[in-house]
Amino acid sequence: MARYGMVIDTKKCVGCMDCVVACKTENNVPEGYNRDWIVQVANGKFPYINLEIQSQRCNHCDNTPCVSCCPTGASHVHEIGKVVLVDHEVCIGCKACIAACPYDARFIHPDGYADKCTFCIHRVEKGELPACVSVCPTHCMYFGDLDDPNSEVSKLLASRKYHVLLPEAGTSPRIFYLI
Amino acid sequence: MNSISRRKFLKITGFTVGAATASTALGPIVKGAKKLEEKSIKGIKKIPTYCDICFWKCGAIAYVKDGILWKIEGNPDDPLSRGRLCPRGTGGIGAHFDPDRLRAPLIRTRKRGEEVWREVTWDEALDFIANKMKKIKEIYGPESVASFSHGIGGNFIKHMLKAYGAVNFAAPSFAQCRGPRDVGFELTFGENVGSPERTDIENTKCLVLIGSHLGENMHNSQVQEFAHAIENDATIIVVDPRFSIAASKAKYYLPIKPGTDIALLLAWMNVIVSEKLYDENYVRKYGFGFEQFSVEISQYTPEWAYPETGIKPDLIRITAREMAKNKPATIIHPGRHATWYGDDTQRSRAIALLNALLGSWGRKGGFFFPVSYSLPPYPYPPYPTPTKEKLDNPNNKYPFASEEITNGIREATITGKPYPIKGWFVYATNLIHALPNEEETIKAIQNLDLLVVIDVIPSEIAGWADVVLPETVYLERYDELHTSAFKEPFVGIRQPVVDPPADQKPNWWIAKKLAEKLGLGQYFPWNHIEEYLDYRLKAAGLSLEELKQKGIIKGQKQPIYIEEGIEPEFATPSGKIEFYSTQLLQAGFDPVPRYKRPQEPPAGYYRLLFGRAPVHSFSRTQSNPILMDMMDENEVWINYDIAQKWGIKTGQYIRLKNQDGIVSNKIKVKATERIRPDCVYLVHGFGHNSKMLKRAYQKGASDSQLITKYEIDPIMGGTGMNVNFVTFELEV
Amino acid sequence: MLQEITTTRHNPHIDPFVHVWGWEIPIYLFLGGMVAGMMIISGYFLFSKRYKDTTCSCFTIPLIGVAFLSIGMFALFLDLEHKFYFWRLYTTFRISSPMSWGAWILVLVYPVIIVNFLINPPEIIVRRFPKLNLITSYINEHPKLIQNIGITNMLIGSALGIYTGILLSTMGARPLWNSSMLAVLFLVSGLSTAAAFVHMISKSQYEKELLAKADNGFLVIELFVIMLFLIGLSTSSAVHMNAARLLITGEYAPQFWTFVIGTGIILPLIIQLLAVNKKIKHNPIAPILVIIGGLILRFIIVYAGQYSHYINAHFK
Ligand SMILES: Nc1nc2c(c(=O)[nH]1)N[C@H]1C(S)=C(S)[C@@H](COP(=O)(O)OP(=O)(O)OC[C@H]3O[C@@H](n4cnc5c(=O)[nH]c(N)nc54)[C@H](O)[C@@H]3O)O[C@H]1N2
Ligand SMILES: Nc1nc2c(c(=O)[nH]1)N[C@H]1C(S)=C(S)[C@@H](COP(=O)(O)OP(=O)(O)OC[C@H]3O[C@@H](n4cnc5c(=O)[nH]c(N)nc54)[C@H](O)[C@@H]3O)O[C@H]1N2
Ligand code: SF4
Ligand code: SF4
Ligand code: SF4
Ligand code: SF4
Ligand code: SF4
Ligand SMILES: [Mo]
Repeated sequence: MARYGMVIDTKKCVGCMDCVVACKTENNVPEGYNRDWIVQVANGKFPYINLEIQSQRCNHCDNTPCVSCCPTGASHVHEIGKVVLVDHEVCIGCKACIAACPYDARFIHPDGYADKCTFCIHRVEKGELPACVSVCPTHCMYFGDLDDPNSEVSKLLASRKYHVLLPEAGTSPRIFYLI
Repeated sequence: MNSISRRKFLKITGFTVGAATASTALGPIVKGAKKLEEKSIKGIKKIPTYCDICFWKCGAIAYVKDGILWKIEGNPDDPLSRGRLCPRGTGGIGAHFDPDRLRAPLIRTRKRGEEVWREVTWDEALDFIANKMKKIKEIYGPESVASFSHGIGGNFIKHMLKAYGAVNFAAPSFAQCRGPRDVGFELTFGENVGSPERTDIENTKCLVLIGSHLGENMHNSQVQEFAHAIENDATIIVVDPRFSIAASKAKYYLPIKPGTDIALLLAWMNVIVSEKLYDENYVRKYGFGFEQFSVEISQYTPEWAYPETGIKPDLIRITAREMAKNKPATIIHPGRHATWYGDDTQRSRAIALLNALLGSWGRKGGFFFPVSYSLPPYPYPPYPTPTKEKLDNPNNKYPFASEEITNGIREATITGKPYPIKGWFVYATNLIHALPNEEETIKAIQNLDLLVVIDVIPSEIAGWADVVLPETVYLERYDELHTSAFKEPFVGIRQPVVDPPADQKPNWWIAKKLAEKLGLGQYFPWNHIEEYLDYRLKAAGLSLEELKQKGIIKGQKQPIYIEEGIEPEFATPSGKIEFYSTQLLQAGFDPVPRYKRPQEPPAGYYRLLFGRAPVHSFSRTQSNPILMDMMDENEVWINYDIAQKWGIKTGQYIRLKNQDGIVSNKIKVKATERIRPDCVYLVHGFGHNSKMLKRAYQKGASDSQLITKYEIDPIMGGTGMNVNFVTFELEV
Repeated sequence: MLQEITTTRHNPHIDPFVHVWGWEIPIYLFLGGMVAGMMIISGYFLFSKRYKDTTCSCFTIPLIGVAFLSIGMFALFLDLEHKFYFWRLYTTFRISSPMSWGAWILVLVYPVIIVNFLINPPEIIVRRFPKLNLITSYINEHPKLIQNIGITNMLIGSALGIYTGILLSTMGARPLWNSSMLAVLFLVSGLSTAAAFVHMISKSQYEKELLAKADNGFLVIELFVIMLFLIGLSTSSAVHMNAARLLITGEYAPQFWTFVIGTGIILPLIIQLLAVNKKIKHNPIAPILVIIGGLILRFIIVYAGQYSHYINAHFK
């Protein structure tokens, strides 16, 4: 069974936020809320600077504190691609999962449930790419099955250097940043 | 689930849901209106069109879900978007939902600029305008009505005005934007780089960006190709006083002192000539005046350039050799917004010459020869013969201006010379933000008998208008066909995707109705723009129906490189690439570019620089709720050490005061290592002062407001705007 | 400057730092902890046969306990964003979720307290529901049962007290909470606030004396536990050190040192030591200070915990 993940090439990403805008319109993310966002990390002293740009969102972790702390089972690991999802009809909005996520990837939707990136499962099920991936003008985002050694994402991870966010949090995130 | 949260989204942002589906304002006139209604049934409809959030004109596909505009994506068939829009394009649907939109025609009831209006019918508004125009024609002649417009939407308005007899038309895209670059390249190659630019970034092996901040400047195809070049391991060289996004991708970052680029360019050419690294065959075959040029250039050693530019001689040599190594697949990017210091044509010429040395003009990975789809024009009756000449460039004061000069028209409106200008038609250009020195613009406006502004939102310029006409946004209208010259010929269509929310009308309708009221109905012999489009397409053997289906129809691929057999022609006096320009010499200018040291900022002042943010277009997207949600104010970038010296912290609000005592709105500080200590930087387009722009009102500061000083380029009349200095006011 | 981090995210309650839990959760944790302590105390009185004394607080504690617990539960309810799905908590049991454990422990707490209550319900209630007398007499005929009720109260009370700490300490994402000491701390603090409260309402001089002494013990233990908690964090990774610093010298230090340590532990400890040693009379000042200290402790731990972060959270 598939285990979906994302690989993002920070060498190509320009931090344009198209991925953020696309997520907004695709998923009707309400004004003032973000399912994905851009972090820029600059190191150094002018003019010797290293800048890394990361398009961030829920990491769809293999070890999911957000799912294990959920008292209702609303947060769950979906059978398709092991994507981490929230069932809006079950969530009571206790916010435990928000406090439990080291990436601050979740928020409370104005309708009262915990919300976050779904890896656009509704698109993926139809054979499309997630909205953010499909819109990115620099083609720096890749999506696919990490368990399939022949997938584009697996090949990239096999051939390029990368890092994940907060490995020390022990969540085994499934978004990889190529450097 | 989706549709429920959709409604929520609408509610939260204050959109009126009913409006999008209910309006039948166009019913009686628009043939397509019935079709629009059909769209408002259940299900998802995909309608191709092309984007208008900037002037790149990317092919797009809009999605309408249950009659409500849902999202917009790139059209995969479009050579410009290649199936992916830039963030502004993706957020473009916000233009339709913008709660601050103009809804009905307005006629001013109090003093100009007081923004007090009366809502009127289209009939009344157009009658009012027609009467004033007739009066101006009677007293001063039709030449006394001038027009400013930006973008393809202005075409029908300009057509109407030409039929009326007007001759003065200008756009800020020349004298405030790409003018110097175009002229610099025309003087060198006899041709300019066009828009979209003919840069083959996709195939380049070495890309030099001088200021061009791709990645923040989101001109779509260029950014896509830029990423491609990065992936191909092309050498990127970035010259910028600010560590831009592009700089972060560069192998060599040159933190140049602002305004000294010509010195760097001359030194680069010196290295390439003295080390004989140029493309000898190419220069011999196509070049003119190379001997004089190389003599002149021999004085500009990297050691000479170092104290001017702050770029170490070593670095100048290494980068020059790197460019030469990759020739002819090397692009020294011509930039686009080139109006910086008033010596911009010469800087652009230096860029052109450096490219010429490397033989990149016409070569793969350099500058290709663009091709376009040719569509026969609509057979209109001839325009009346004007009795007066254009007045933007009197006596050819700026001898090489190849387009009309906005500031020239403004100047003439103030002085009334050589003849008075009494009416302005302003279409889709916010002159208050686009032209330097707001005071002069207002002074000119005060001399007018008629100021008509056609806009979609209550922009600052609309605030000064006598009549404001609310236009439909691009997603709600047809426009002229799109046939930009690029890598392959194509035709693109803009067509209505949704109904307008209120009584807004498209430009073609406004132009046609006004023409009829002016007794010029014969210039609009068609009833609906569909007839016009159909005529032009049929004449080229295409079908409107097919184009509406596909959005893009491509023509035959054609050769675009010298390598593919093109024999280049140069429309210069010598018929060659002019390393030495006799026409410049004859007009009293340097035949080979020379460097002039820029003025230093006074103590405690910093040079004001500005540019783009990826999620905004100029001053036109700050009330788009989606794009505003991405970035709702600009920040002033201040070098970290300078900020510390002033005791200013990131996130703190300050005000900027320029050399003439003008104080900005309050603006957030970004204290950063990413900029030189002698300048500050902010994103253009913020700091709106129109109260009717509720979301944008006084968010951030306006660079335009602080640009009271400008340096006119004597060669072509452009306004160099990077010549203002600001200091900080900590009290806000 | 060496590192500049900027983010474009701006989610309410998340940015610039997490503050999903407002006053409701600290109130809930505080009341939960205090009720837990009260159950343990009441249970102890039942177990140790003090209930034979009619002035025993074990007869007043249940009513007040139910009231406090209900207020706490109501605060928790108020905090839920999807209030009317509240019942979803009880359609499932999630073994990995402390929140789920807590929901079910609370379900157990009520009957246990009520059984305690039924040992000697007040007259007015008995008059209204005469049937209750049957249960009351049944219980009172079985002294072993009463002792077992005491044990159950102590066990369930401890579970409740520990749960209030575990709820936070399992949130690996918030460094300040990453300590097993938190469960002990909340249990001991629950006990000390409960002892203080019962001390205040007790009608028996003997109880007052006993509870003051016990409270002194709890306070000393609490101080010790806090020390271990902070030392534990400070000797862990950098993020945990930063988290501990929030309390020791950082943003929350003034409140922490003043209200939790100073007037919440040290001062009442001094007062009660004097009282126990008959230097001064027993008075409500010390218990009130202890209760306030316990309340503020919950607020500080909840707030500072949300503030503490793995990433350099304070972007702007
Ligand atoms: N200070 C400063 N000045 C500059 C620049 C700068 O960076 N700084 N940049 C320069 C450059 S490069 C350029 S190209 C120019 C750009 O100058 P402009 O093209 O004038 O750009 P905007 O200021 O965005 O004004 C566009 C106006 O068109 C309106 N509009 C948008 N869509 C429509 C539509 O569909 N129909 C109608 N009728 N109106 C519409 C918008 O509401 C807005 O009022 O500015 C130049 N001036
Ligand atoms: N997102 C977005 N993209 C856009 C637009 C938009 O509105 N929004 N507008 C489009 C249009 S019309 C235009 S014209 C282009 C403009 O975009 P470009 O032509 O790419 O850039 P400029 O506005 O000329 O220059 C801004 C950059 O030049 C640097 N700079 C300033 N002074 C100097 C100097 O003296 N020397 C050097 N070497 N660098 C300097 C600044 O630090 C900044 O990085 O963008 C286009 N793309
Ligand atoms: S759309 Fe692509 S390039 Fe732009 S910020 Fe997102 S990941 Fe980066
Ligand atoms: S990133 Fe956060 S929300 Fe997403 S799976 Fe990991 S812990 Fe859960
Ligand atoms: S907020 Fe919803 S999804 Fe998150 S833990 Fe509570 S019930 Fe589960
Ligand atoms: S995968 Fe979908 S939901 Fe997740 S960030 Fe991308 S667009 Fe948003
Ligand atoms: S570059 Fe962006 S804003 Fe401009 S036309 Fe293309 S998609 Fe639209
Ligand atoms: Mo421009």
